[in-house]
Amino acid sequence: MSNKDFPLIFERSKEGRVSYNLPELDVPAVDLDAELTDTYVRSEAPELPEVSELEIMRHYTGLSNRNYGVDSGFYPLGSCTMKYNPKINEDVARLDGFSHIHPLQDPKTVQGALEMMYDLGESLKEITGMAAVSLQSAAGAHGEWTGLMMIRAFHEANGDFQRTKVIVPDSAHGTNPASAAVAGFEAVTVKSNENGLVDLEDLKRVVGDDTAALMLTNPNTLGLFETEILEMAEIVHGVGGKLYYDGANLNAIMGYARPGDMGFDVVHLNLHKTFTGPHGGGGPGSGPVGVSAELEPFLPKPVIVKEDDFYTFDYDRPDSIGRVKPYYGNFGINLRAYTYIRTMGAEGLKKVSEYAVLNANYMMRKLEKAYDLPYTQHCKHEFVLSGRRQKKLGVRTLDIAKRLLDFNYHPPTIYFPLNVEEALMIEPTETESKETLDGFIDTMLQIADEVENNPEIVQEAPHHTIVKRMDETTAARKPVLRYKKA
Amino acid sequence: MEFRYLPMTETDKKEMLDAIGIQSTEELFSDIPDKVRLKREMNLKAPTSEIELKKELVRMSKKNYNLQEYTSFLGAGVYDHFIPSVVDHVISRSEFYTAYTPYQPEISQGELQAIFEFQTMISELTGMPVANSSMYDGGTSLAEAVNLSAAQTRKKKVLVSKAIHPESQAVIETYAKGPNLEIVYIDHVDGRTDLDQLARELDEDTASVVIQYPNFFGQVEPLKEVRELLDGQKKTMFIVSSNPLALGYLTPPGEFGADIVVGDTQVFGIPAQFGGPHCGYFATTEKLMRKIPGRLVGQTVDEDGVRGFVLTLQAREQHIRREKATSNICSNQALNALASSVAMSSIGKHGLKKMAELNMQKARYAKKKLEEAGFEVLSDGAFFNEFVVKLPVTVKVANDRLLEKGIIGGYDLAVYYPELEGHMLIAVTEIRTKEEIDAFVKELGDIHE
Repeated sequence: MSNKDFPLIFERSKEGRVSYNLPELDVPAVDLDAELTDTYVRSEAPELPEVSELEIMRHYTGLSNRNYGVDSGFYPLGSCTMKYNPKINEDVARLDGFSHIHPLQDPKTVQGALEMMYDLGESLKEITGMAAVSLQSAAGAHGEWTGLMMIRAFHEANGDFQRTKVIVPDSAHGTNPASAAVAGFEAVTVKSNENGLVDLEDLKRVVGDDTAALMLTNPNTLGLFETEILEMAEIVHGVGGKLYYDGANLNAIMGYARPGDMGFDVVHLNLHKTFTGPHGGGGPGSGPVGVSAELEPFLPKPVIVKEDDFYTFDYDRPDSIGRVKPYYGNFGINLRAYTYIRTMGAEGLKKVSEYAVLNANYMMRKLEKAYDLPYTQHCKHEFVLSGRRQKKLGVRTLDIAKRLLDFNYHPPTIYFPLNVEEALMIEPTETESKETLDGFIDTMLQIADEVENNPEIVQEAPHHTIVKRMDETTAARKPVLRYKKA
Repeated sequence: MEFRYLPMTETDKKEMLDAIGIQSTEELFSDIPDKVRLKREMNLKAPTSEIELKKELVRMSKKNYNLQEYTSFLGAGVYDHFIPSVVDHVISRSEFYTAYTPYQPEISQGELQAIFEFQTMISELTGMPVANSSMYDGGTSLAEAVNLSAAQTRKKKVLVSKAIHPESQAVIETYAKGPNLEIVYIDHVDGRTDLDQLARELDEDTASVVIQYPNFFGQVEPLKEVRELLDGQKKTMFIVSSNPLALGYLTPPGEFGADIVVGDTQVFGIPAQFGGPHCGYFATTEKLMRKIPGRLVGQTVDEDGVRGFVLTLQAREQHIRREKATSNICSNQALNALASSVAMSSIGKHGLKKMAELNMQKARYAKKKLEEAGFEVLSDGAFFNEFVVKLPVTVKVANDRLLEKGIIGGYDLAVYYPELEGHMLIAVTEIRTKEEIDAFVKELGDIHE
């Protein structure tokens, strides 16, 4: 252990120290070991830490200081929509009547929770233009798989068992083909054209009577609106396939256009992106799924229904794909999204998209002089630069990302989408001020200048972080995945 | 209406439009075909001020009967446990909760180390060498384990105990449709998995056997005997779903040769919150390390030799492997894993056993009192903090009466087990006092047909 190491909680542990204070047993004790027999009584205690309460706070406060969130600074991580996470959302989610309710309580004792869920569903239907919504899916990828399972059930209900293929664009997020595979489909790639949009000719070539669905984000992962969406819908529907909308990029079009009106049959939303659920260092998220009327019978069960003024669950759904998750989804995240939607209303949400798109275009135009911009049309909420000019000078996109750390910025998404060489995918979001954008632009221009005049400073970055670049190769070759006492 | 999350001013807007070289933001949306443009305002409730919205949501929350105000004996997979105050103070630090997945290790050492510590704690509890950074919840983690066992063994048949959580059974069924698995249920006898039927169904086509420990009825399943049955089918995997609090007292599944151990850490620092978000865990053997779904954090060093942590073995994951990934999972439950880590640190090595003991002792007291009051208890085997009693009325009738007395009664087993009409699954945690248990027994005893 070097003196720069931050100790593990286990390394702070000392025999006999405690941070708990449980009540004394107030009922007569019985012999538990006799009941369980030696076989089932744990012989060795698990090595959990033995620390005092202050040490816990010091430890985790120290760890938090070694971490970077949206509240720490600008986080233009493309496709992740790292917008501000409102604090009222956190307060509401911690109300006893929301945080301390059991999912198996009688519906009559949780009417407030069910009302919120029902209302959120109605709002999401209106925002997406879909006929029905399920809140059960836990995250985006989970929503994708849920939607694909519904499409599969729909085709099978029609006796269409030969529809084994799901088409995904070459620019798609990795979860799209992975979700297709988990749902039992074969993923087929459709190419992008020179404008960064789905190549219609290639789409016509890959579709057929084995097409189950086309999965699409719109705007796509290049931040470009698929202008030929209606033609694409016609091609896919024409062969009997369904159109799947990956809602990762919904932040660009709220109030301007709706997936339902573009011909999409299934939509998933990432409430932890567009609707301000905090990312939590990787989760929890929430991935509700909306469907057209035709697919409604296949929704996961139960669905929430309102009968007169009483909210309850409907389990009598014979065509349902079944459960995708125990209980009813990530209620706590759904509640945050609901609070956000109620704060913003239709007027606010449309402004969200307007400003997200304005911010992205402003940054794009300021940066296109110093970095290659493979697709030059107006973007939506994000844009993708290429670091190929810098690569020729011996500086990789990874180096540029690491150099940004020295200026206290979280770098953009890098090396994605895969169809752009040395990609830098930048999504500012609407919650950032012009001053913040200008500061980042200046830094990016400075780095471009450094690449030309002082490349070492970029290649050797970061210089000011608590650790330098990590040895990821050894981490993967000789994995150390847990602490062991020396 | 003002929008406090939107810093754009008219001056900003004008300067930015000028820089782009356009007149209005409408031009930025001109690529959306007219046919799909929404030409009306969305029909949503009007924007609401912070004051009004807070009041409204507080009112809405008060329509729910919450576990802080009612005395609850409801468990069935989600439990009302003590949450140390430190937990919420830690997870409220926005450097944690407003961060994304730690893809940039230089500025994410806090999250990465916290996950590494979580992996270690899960490994300790389960007795398995490897644990991942978390899954959505116990149910989906179990379903992923089933699919992994089929992919790994190239077999399609899975034996699932009817004594696992019925909602997990349902999730397994949905997940199994993708790879077309055959789910064969093994019945329960007196609240435990029928080992005779298990022995009959177990054959060379069996990918895995799925047991919950303690099971849905609270019973401690005889993992030793199950292991012995499996010794006859070396390739079949042994999957165990475990309440990790119980593992503070019970022999961990790893010691019975489990191949995969999953469950939910909701019991550690995560409120019930109407069923989610909770936090699944997934632990396995070194052999399956490179097949595990989800993110893994590994220890390494930086260029100067300073210890640090990174996301590792990413070649398993969807963002690298796409359709060949071991799972499609991307988001996990990192913040809840952090909450559980803080709770586990707080309860600590010795507190954990004490907390498990409190659950077991209080549950036994409640069971004894109910037996003394004339109730029949379904099983007489070893159990953790839940047991089943037979009532003279339906559980719904009983629970309605209990509710009038400020008590949220146990789970109605007839919902998923028609043969258990009138049977209530009762959970007793360390939160419950002797007085509360006595009152519960008295009220339940007063209910007759």
